Amino acid sequence: MKAAVIQFPGSNCDRDMAVALEKSGADVEVVWHKDAALPKGVDLVAIPGGFSFGDYLRCGAIAANSPICKAVVDHANAGGYVLGVCNGFQVLTETGLLPGALLRNAGLKYICQTVGLKVETSNSGYTEGYNAGAEIGIPIAHHDGNYFADDETIARLQGDDRVAFTYTDNPNGSRADIAGILSDNRRVLGMMPHPERAFEEAHGNTDGQRLFAGLLSQLTTA
Amino acid sequence: MKARVHVMLKNGVLDPQGAAVKHALGAMGFEGVNGVRQGKVIELDLADGTTEAQIGEMCEKLLANMVIESYRIEVL
Repeated sequence: MKAAVIQFPGSNCDRDMAVALEKSGADVEVVWHKDAALPKGVDLVAIPGGFSFGDYLRCGAIAANSPICKAVVDHANAGGYVLGVCNGFQVLTETGLLPGALLRNAGLKYICQTVGLKVETSNSGYTEGYNAGAEIGIPIAHHDGNYFADDETIARLQGDDRVAFTYTDNPNGSRADIAGILSDNRRVLGMMPHPERAFEEAHGNTDGQRLFAGLLSQLTTA
Repeated sequence: MKARVHVMLKNGVLDPQGAAVKHALGAMGFEGVNGVRQGKVIELDLADGTTEAQIGEMCEKLLANMVIESYRIEVL
């Protein structure tokens, strides 16, 4: 399985993401935002956390209009896998690959802590390693993670089983406690929590490992 | 030519910053502040002849996120 990790000025979880993917068995290439094309044969694009372009204008807005993001959108539209974590989730909503938007946290504070998540569906390459309904702990670290979408969109996400993760104790005001959502074809996942920071024994928590393991098994057999 | 773009969160979208400013004004003793909404003002210095439709495209593609925000263009 071949993965590309996109690097923007201000990305700061790119290395952690690359390490998690490599240790799960993927061939990883880090790709600079000014590149207009993805490396050939990429199965998964990972958009890491951080503060791309300083979060200027809106989180993820400038990154979403960078040359590489046009290639990422084409990759997703052709049925490719895309994982966006934290700032990566914000970028995915700004490109329109995922619905909704991430607003300032309801309590206005930047929050950095491990939070409880409920796995809402095991029906995706990302979540097949978990049992639906399982509770896991994954760290969050964000100021703008308050998921917003209109009532109709929330109902559609829930009705189509596209909510991947919810918070067990909503830390940021997200509508319907949403922490992560899937695209219509279930191959694009955006989530605010950082599975790559709960990956190794040294992290004190390996609850994120199964996300990468599931993805690898899905994409290696495909 | 110059234009000013006002970007505001749409009605119904939670504005925690506006709510915090409202709370602070109340705490400072200003009475009767029933609501505060916080937005952005973006000033554009443009080539003469830029049309309002072109500015609208800039707004919809970058300056505003139409999922949560609305915009108003003021040509100066």
